[in-house]
Amino acid sequence: MTWVQANRDYVLDMLLQHVRLSVPAILISVLVAVLLGRIAWRWPRAGTVVLGTASLLYSVPALPLLIVIPVLLGIPLRSGLTLVVALAVYGTALLAGTAADAFRSVDERVREAAEAMGYSRAGLFWRVDLPLAVPVLLSGVRVITVSTVSLVTIGALVGIPSLGNLLTDGFQRDIRAEIVTGVVATMLLAVALDGLLVATGRLVTPWRGNVATGVTT
Amino acid sequence: MTLFGDALAWITDGAHWGGAGGIDHRILQHLLVTFAAVALAALLALPLGLLIGHTGRGRLVVVALAGAVRAVPTLGLLTLLGLALGIGIEAPLLALVALAFPSLLAGAYAGIEAADRGAVDAARALGMSEWQLLTRVEVPLGADVIVGGIRAATLQVVATATLAAYISDTGLGRYLFAGLKSRDYVQMLAGALLVAALALLLDLTMAALQRASRPTTRKVPA
Amino acid sequence: MTRMTRTPLRSTQLGLALVAVASLTLTACGGESDPLSAGGDDSGETIVIGSQDYYSNEIIAEAYAQALEAADIEVERDFKIGQREAYLPEIENGSIDLFPEYTGPLLQIWKPDTQARLADDVYGELVDAADAKGLTVLDQSPATDQDSYVVTREFAEKYGLETIDDLTKVTEKMTFGANSEAESRPNGPKGLKDTYGVDVAFTPIEDGGGPLTVKALKDGDIQLAIIYTGDPSIKKNDLVTLEDTKGLFLASHVVPVASDDVSDKAAGIVNKVSAAMSPEDLVDLDARSVDEQLPAATIAKDWLEKEGLL
Repeated sequence: MTWVQANRDYVLDMLLQHVRLSVPAILISVLVAVLLGRIAWRWPRAGTVVLGTASLLYSVPALPLLIVIPVLLGIPLRSGLTLVVALAVYGTALLAGTAADAFRSVDERVREAAEAMGYSRAGLFWRVDLPLAVPVLLSGVRVITVSTVSLVTIGALVGIPSLGNLLTDGFQRDIRAEIVTGVVATMLLAVALDGLLVATGRLVTPWRGNVATGVTT
Repeated sequence: MTLFGDALAWITDGAHWGGAGGIDHRILQHLLVTFAAVALAALLALPLGLLIGHTGRGRLVVVALAGAVRAVPTLGLLTLLGLALGIGIEAPLLALVALAFPSLLAGAYAGIEAADRGAVDAARALGMSEWQLLTRVEVPLGADVIVGGIRAATLQVVATATLAAYISDTGLGRYLFAGLKSRDYVQMLAGALLVAALALLLDLTMAALQRASRPTTRKVPA
Repeated sequence: MTRMTRTPLRSTQLGLALVAVASLTLTACGGESDPLSAGGDDSGETIVIGSQDYYSNEIIAEAYAQALEAADIEVERDFKIGQREAYLPEIENGSIDLFPEYTGPLLQIWKPDTQARLADDVYGELVDAADAKGLTVLDQSPATDQDSYVVTREFAEKYGLETIDDLTKVTEKMTFGANSEAESRPNGPKGLKDTYGVDVAFTPIEDGGGPLTVKALKDGDIQLAIIYTGDPSIKKNDLVTLEDTKGLFLASHVVPVASDDVSDKAAGIVNKVSAAMSPEDLVDLDARSVDEQLPAATIAKDWLEKEGLL
């Protein structure tokens, strides 16, 4: 604890960097994955290709991805953008399949009823399909949130600051308290964001009452 | 884009094959670490997952625990274990076991839970013992989900096994670190391509295995 | 079956809108004041100071930063950014203005075939090499932090080792552990073979000669390691530094690399910091970092005050 007290500002600073890297990556993943999931749901044949490509991307290890992205996009290796793109690619790859499942989970009869009520195509998406897909979608978002927060740490290996720096610095200086702080802070951040997601899930699906979210079958 | 061409040329260069630091040797090491980690984790996670799935007890506790383990950054675990155990493969192996654990556990209990309750009840009515229920009904019915968990764990481990090279002379991660730190991007990219190809190959194999283990009588989910 | 009413759906939309807004805001903040963005040259008065992902280097960078701040010069700290290979491009393109470096290793990157070994020769060539890159190296410090080959006391006594050359007397198989970049650097296994005729196996330990390397030496997992001469663990663990009689390593003094954005006034201040730092000072600073586990800022501040530079 003394180490944490003496280095409070540093830990908080790295925590902030960690949030700045992980949250945009998660949000981009969700937006792109929902789009891809929608495409896969609407055009199943294209969907096979899209989802296949996504799972292929997921098989690219994170560290090499960090190195390949700057080459492909022409951005500096050490830029935070590199890490955000890499994690977004990962998150999207992991989430796109779940998003397609989520749209499939929407009861066809509900959709037909809404169509009969005169919903436009956009209205159908925003007011029927998407809200009803939220429970399944959310279970996937929770998984990628936790894994993204944890993965941000490897940015420290290529010089992108985050809580991962506590791991590498503590390792070099043999300060175990620093490594443990890095591990615990990363876990706490993951738990906090996860809690936020569960709360958001309740907020946007009030008709589900207090049913525990996140359990898919 | 020439960088990709160079990386492919690097991989196909005969000089980089054979011997202690050769590509073939590194691939073998990488596979061994991956299998060892998944197998060790499976020894712990599968029985526990089957037990939870069968009895329905302790689910919340274990799910929360697995979630927490999932949030542990592998790099942190690796450095802590490294400082405790010294260099070599032990620390990375243990860190990878921890990485594989949650997916295996989730696959195991979800597989059992996914087994058709009607079939389970029918089997119980026929007078099967709990052990028979588990081994003859629940496991066969949930096999594809269980194998799915193994598949997910394998994919995570094979990709993350690159970190083993952080503190040991093991695996394809060696090309990544050596390339990264000496600005030899061709070598680095070559290493990345090799790991990705290996991961893809493993995943395709596991996917085929998963299909094969799908119970034929069960309605295939859309 | 899910019951549908209008109200819950509206709140769903509200929730999604909130998420979208939050996402845009966060991304925007990220782009605006993002200290991570590595592109382009930050013009203006602020001097961007970088440091390696190496605690000793960070202390020196912190000393520059505080000395400059004391003279009302604005600085921005961009510390712990990996090894030389990762940050050098950013010094070369001017997105980092000031960086504590080491004469020998830096010269070996810019001029791999250099024959210079002694401090002043190395510094002289480095000045020219930096000039060719549009950069300036300020005065070199008396402080040195140099790669050196070390073995355990026990191992040294067993074979009577004092110099690297003595390693030819070793009859058992030796494994050499260091950061993976050492494998391809001229003073790594190749250099040992070419210059001294010593054969070693190599194992990577990515802690820059840190605690795990020392542990591996003591455990007997490796016999030979590269540890910086400034590292207090050499003394603490009773390790033996082997003398480099054939010039495998270049002299390596602490030296600030600066861009055009560093004014003459700022350069003068940094030069004073460099001049005040002795080799012993550096070992002491490192020791405080490892033993007392103090943050770089505190260590740098105490030292600057002691030297009357604050």
